Amino acid sequence: MLDHILSILIFFPAVAAIFGFAIQKDSVRAYGTAVAAIEFALSLLLWYSFDSNVSGMQFMEQVALIPAFGINYILGIDGISLFIIVLASFFTMIGIASLSDTKDEKNLIITLLFLQMTMVGVFAALDAIVFYVFWELSLVPMLYIIGAWGGPLRIYASVKFFLYTFAGSLVMLVGILFMAYFYYQATGTWSFAILEWYRLILPESFQMWLFLAFFLGFAIKVPMFPFHTWLPYAHGQAPTIGSVILAAILLKMGTYAFIRFSLPLFPDASVAYMFPIAVIAIIMIIYTAMVAYAQKDIKQVVAYSSVSHMGVIILGTFALNVEGITGSIFLMIAHGVVSGALFLLVGVIYDRRHTKLMSEFGGLASVMPRYATIFGIMLMASVGLPLTINFVGEFLSLLGFYKQSHILTLLAGTAIIVGAIYMLAAYKKMFFGEVTKEENKNLPDVNKRELVALIPLTIITVWLGIYPKPILEPINNSVESVVQLMHDKAITEEAKSRIPNLVKGVEITKTSAKEVH
Amino acid sequence: MSPVNVSMESLNLIALAPMLTPIVGALLILIVDLFKIGLDKSLYVMLSFLFLIIDFGLLLDSASVFSQAGTLMGVFDVILIDGLAIISQFIIVGASLLFIALALTPKRFHEFSYPEFFALFLFMIGGFQFMVATDNLILIFVGLETASLALYTMIAMHNRDKSFEAAVKYFTMGALAAGFFSFGAMVFYALTGSIEVNQIAAVLNANNYADIGYVLIGVVFILAAFGFKLSMVPFHTWTPDVYEGSSAALAGYMSIVPKIAGFVVAMRMFEFLIHSGIVWLEVVLYIVVVITMTAANIWALVQDDVKRMLAYSSISHAGFVMAAILIGTTQSNSALFLYWILFSFTNLGSFSMLWISRQKNLPSYQSSDHSFDKFSGMIKTSPVAASIMALFMLSLAGLPPFALFWGKMYMISSAVTSGYTVLALIMALNSAIAGYYYLKLIVYMFMKEPSAQSISSNGKVYVSNASTSLKTIIGFAAVGTIFAFIAVNPILEFVTSFVYNSGY
Repeated sequence: MLDHILSILIFFPAVAAIFGFAIQKDSVRAYGTAVAAIEFALSLLLWYSFDSNVSGMQFMEQVALIPAFGINYILGIDGISLFIIVLASFFTMIGIASLSDTKDEKNLIITLLFLQMTMVGVFAALDAIVFYVFWELSLVPMLYIIGAWGGPLRIYASVKFFLYTFAGSLVMLVGILFMAYFYYQATGTWSFAILEWYRLILPESFQMWLFLAFFLGFAIKVPMFPFHTWLPYAHGQAPTIGSVILAAILLKMGTYAFIRFSLPLFPDASVAYMFPIAVIAIIMIIYTAMVAYAQKDIKQVVAYSSVSHMGVIILGTFALNVEGITGSIFLMIAHGVVSGALFLLVGVIYDRRHTKLMSEFGGLASVMPRYATIFGIMLMASVGLPLTINFVGEFLSLLGFYKQSHILTLLAGTAIIVGAIYMLAAYKKMFFGEVTKEENKNLPDVNKRELVALIPLTIITVWLGIYPKPILEPINNSVESVVQLMHDKAITEEAKSRIPNLVKGVEITKTSAKEVH
Repeated sequence: MSPVNVSMESLNLIALAPMLTPIVGALLILIVDLFKIGLDKSLYVMLSFLFLIIDFGLLLDSASVFSQAGTLMGVFDVILIDGLAIISQFIIVGASLLFIALALTPKRFHEFSYPEFFALFLFMIGGFQFMVATDNLILIFVGLETASLALYTMIAMHNRDKSFEAAVKYFTMGALAAGFFSFGAMVFYALTGSIEVNQIAAVLNANNYADIGYVLIGVVFILAAFGFKLSMVPFHTWTPDVYEGSSAALAGYMSIVPKIAGFVVAMRMFEFLIHSGIVWLEVVLYIVVVITMTAANIWALVQDDVKRMLAYSSISHAGFVMAAILIGTTQSNSALFLYWILFSFTNLGSFSMLWISRQKNLPSYQSSDHSFDKFSGMIKTSPVAASIMALFMLSLAGLPPFALFWGKMYMISSAVTSGYTVLALIMALNSAIAGYYYLKLIVYMFMKEPSAQSISSNGKVYVSNASTSLKTIIGFAAVGTIFAFIAVNPILEFVTSFVYNSGY
């Protein structure tokens, strides 16, 4: 069974979704929760049987799909993708379990299960076309979720989300086809398998153009400044569950794809574009933090802060060394947990008051103490307080980039302080002071259904903040092999020096150890 | 005068069998009608169906002959059975098989009460089959006109004001195109003394395109003629009106079958011209392709009727596919056929969805029969139909893993492989623009509230014209659209080997 566990993980939710059409309307939530729980259990089994000492791909599957054109259904995971898959199944489960009552609940749950298929598929695919299929397919359920259950501007927001990403992905598709063509020229056979592409060393000029083609697709998904304009609309209009999945998992597709495609395929271009991208990332961190400070709507604050943190992830990725990339992957998980939790928390208050304007609240700490506590913990995690999950990721990302540029890292570090300002200001407006509005005096505190989602997230936030090793170690092993691959493939001197050589690094420590003796 | 001495074997009359089958079928239908009038349409549908199946079987036979013995000539070398002819005939007959079942509607429509409709239908198929299975310009012309005249009549038989308008418009434009075609053919005949494409190519290559000015004139006329038939911008103006005037099923049919026949002839005609190294020809074709793709997409954005939107979308798809002829490699020519096979599934499916929602009389609150408003909130009242319609729209938009994505991907790949990078990007971005109008229908169906009328009728309006056979066709198209990824490999291998062995 473990030979096909990835296929099972991908298609189990989809098959369950099809059966879900037959379920009676009132019982569909229990069905959805059960399916998502099974899926989560399977993903835990995957984690359990994952050998964290192996740096390469595990649980590989391969089926020929279009052999005439080199397209195969290839799956496999390493430490980089494992935890995002676990996170995706976890969030789908708690998302469905804590779903507040909505219209057309059945359609929503079935859509979420389809969405889960595409999410797991993206992170498990090792063939560029299969990856692209899931990448694009994930747009459809999200389009429907935003467009059918969203706010007043939902249609505009959902169509903008779809078209923006779709346009970027099509440019990426051209890039993929070019890559396959170069592979064909070099070897005489068509192949879209990523692991085979890794062996291809491209001339620098080709790398520069292909990097840009892939970059456009990924940057829109992340979303990076200046392509981020769809995200505030999508978050602002999406229902709570939509925002949670979008922030926790879908945005990670972009950053994950940078590590899976851009870095190992185009090491020289990655080094060449490192500083421009770092500058964009820092603009993204500072600018969106400032925009967040100006928001009146708490959900927009969380949305912009989420973009701001994605900037740190990008910065860590383009540190191009083990610390930075490991940190950025860890931060992807941390960001997923924390921003997912924050969106859930915003959803809690929205369900009660049907407004997200901060001016409508004030003094909630005395009315809803448990809510205020959880919100407080998540907020501290979001600003990167030590001993919370975000701190580990942010610290490693910045540490990694510090090796490349001191000044830019300093700027990014300062920007994180700005993050603390707007988050604390928002918290103050909402929770402290007198209860000014009459409607807020009798708000019920968080109920059991909401706690089902919030308590596990809080536990993870603190636990992984204190003891990140079980996750960091497998990530680190896989990242080391990626960085080594990049170093080996790099052509230019600049790239060779920027990307550390780990094999040599080990030798040096050995000799230095000898000297000590 | 010496007697003409021709052995029957050299005529190779068996090569004619696939084309003659529908013609025999048409004559049989007319004879049946002579003996007893007033028979039900289901009889004629089934008769046509049977003849098309025989036709298909004979095509399978000639396909196996081709894969063993290569290109076959017959009937004084006028008939040319090569890979292109066989694949395109497969598409023509296959799409016709899907189409003819759409006549079995529960509602009565004017055209289906005439047996002549079915006879004309079979004559038309025979015409198209002749058109693709020859490189003789005269036979191409005869096939084209046989098919087109039958088609004009079939449109007019729909018996609405707009269908008369459509038929007359199509006829006038078609007559103009025929004039252009014959003039172009005349120029080439004057230049080379031959009316066979391969002879023309050989003579022109031998004298190294000495009379380049006349070649230009000939090419422009031929291009204009095919511009009309393939609805290339700026010769496309008839398309939306004609599609709007004809029944949805026939409009879907028109977006597939006449075009593949046109593409095959264009491929035969332009293949050698593109490879002749004359730059302006490439430039002209490049411009036509890009403008057709882009302009049609932009027009489609502003339509408020689904059928007109689909009409512009099919113009855009034709432009997309025309790029294959511009690129002119084996990969691109195979991509053309792959694309068109997948497109025929999806497009026939989406037009059939319009067909089953056909109303007998236009209600007062609707501006046109298939306005976008009609579909608002369809997911609430008839979820299955809405999901299937959305599936076809997503496939047309090129969303993976649905059918048309594979065609698009292979087509863009062929552009990439031959160094047409800018063209590849334009094709990709056009797919993104196209995404918007396909999405518009999905937005209406899934995200808007249903109108009072459709709630009160409980979604009946969307399936009011459905019968078991129509549902079967739609189910067939839907399954083909979803599981296309399984079929792509065999189709691709088949198409590539046939195209390659025909020397394209």
